[in-house]
Amino acid sequence: MQLELVSVGHAYGPVEVMADISLTVPTGRIVCLVGPSGCGKSTLLRILGGLERPDRGAVLQLGQPPAGCLNPLTYVFQHFALLPWRTVEGNIRLVLEHHHLAAAERREIIDDVLARTRLTDFRAAWPRQLSGGMRQRVALARALAVRPAVMLLDEPLSALDSQTRELLMDDLVALWTRAPFTAVYVTHNLDEAVRLGHRIVVLSRRPGRIRAMLDIDIPLAERAGAAGELAARQAELWSMMRAEAEAADRELSDG
Amino acid sequence: MVDQTHSATGARPVAARPIAFRGGGFAPRPVRHVAPALFLVLIVLVEAGTRSGIISNLTLPRPSAVALTLYDLAVSGGLMQHLVPSMRRLGVGIALGLSAGIGLGVLIGLFSLIRAGLVPLVAALFPIPKIALLPLFVIWFGIDETSKYALIAFGTFTPMVVATYGAVDNVDRTLVRMGQSFGLGWWAIVTKIVMPGAFPAILSGMRVAIAIGIILLTAAEMLGAEYGIGAYILTAGSLYDLEKLFAGVSILSMLGLMVSFVIGRIEKRMLDWR
Repeated sequence: MQLELVSVGHAYGPVEVMADISLTVPTGRIVCLVGPSGCGKSTLLRILGGLERPDRGAVLQLGQPPAGCLNPLTYVFQHFALLPWRTVEGNIRLVLEHHHLAAAERREIIDDVLARTRLTDFRAAWPRQLSGGMRQRVALARALAVRPAVMLLDEPLSALDSQTRELLMDDLVALWTRAPFTAVYVTHNLDEAVRLGHRIVVLSRRPGRIRAMLDIDIPLAERAGAAGELAARQAELWSMMRAEAEAADRELSDG
Repeated sequence: MVDQTHSATGARPVAARPIAFRGGGFAPRPVRHVAPALFLVLIVLVEAGTRSGIISNLTLPRPSAVALTLYDLAVSGGLMQHLVPSMRRLGVGIALGLSAGIGLGVLIGLFSLIRAGLVPLVAALFPIPKIALLPLFVIWFGIDETSKYALIAFGTFTPMVVATYGAVDNVDRTLVRMGQSFGLGWWAIVTKIVMPGAFPAILSGMRVAIAIGIILLTAAEMLGAEYGIGAYILTAGSLYDLEKLFAGVSILSMLGLMVSFVIGRIEKRMLDWR
């Protein structure tokens, strides 16, 4: 399944947050959205996920989601959004309960995603007992449980410290390598973008427009060994964004 | 840097002293046995004061005499005679008030139209001393039990509504968005995300509401009841029988302690995820 944005524009009252964004998210690829703060990248992701309605333009789904997919567009939140009153397993079960699945199948899905995110030993733990990295792993497991056609990741690693972020990036690469998924990955961290993105879309500051697109052809699994090349790409991205980021930083926010 | 200076001079340049600690505090922690000990000390002080004559018998009764009165009351069957109707009034009134309060509070929390209509109304009803309405309730519901149920129900209803919609308002909206993003239906979001999220604050609202219920119970019984803790206290008061008065008041205190204990247990059991 492929997603297509057709000249999407959006405004919050008089404040125009984005204008004329057209973009394709190809199957099995990770598209990273980067841009200065306030450029509407999270809004764009909410529009993609159907959590917000764009003022102009349209979001199209091309083709059918694969068979067995329970929730085609699945979100991963920056602050994990785990229910504190449910255990790790309970949080994953939450998103399966309203689907008509046999008990055995439900159990199978939960076992599988726990194993893939290496959480099997923690299935009975409460979220409060887990570190930030573990919580985001639970959120990833929950997202994988519904077999999404497209994963929408909203700064999934931004609330984590840099060591944990490194570990989770490796996890994401491993997950993608084993079973390539389609994803839109919003971040302000250029390092994450060049490590995880097949295509990097640079947005301008408010009102956000697509300023540049950059494809990186190195396979995800080999990027850890291609530090030099990635650093060059990251520098290139930064040179595109620097002036924008500076200007955005000096802007007054109207709410 | 520092080490180099040390090795160069061979001695500390000035007198060394530890940095004064100025952190800590502002973090209440449970301390056991303090409450019973304080209680005991107060009782012993009053007992000693009344026995020695420093505290006159007109000011305070002897705690031992109060205990004796309580004991007699229990043995003679008078305790049950008064406690049973009181507990029934409290139970029925609170059950009505809390369920209506929680129900309406959730509706206010979920629906803008209901909120727009009812929040000002509740705000207008909240500060009315409910006991002032007892004569009205007597006319509406009759002199017997129903007017007392109504008074307690109404009195516990208003604080419970306010606590409940506040609790629903404070449920993390990203959790609701998460539910929506996984395709959960409205009902599933309400029962699996909103209600459990609001539950802790609803429980602490219950604590307050039940305490108010006990106050109203006593007031209602003072204004017109043959049996009941409030009636017992009123009779004792008009005869200036301090032992009986204090015996009645201690029953109310114990009732309050029991409520707080029960809610504490519920919190422990249901909120072990916190």
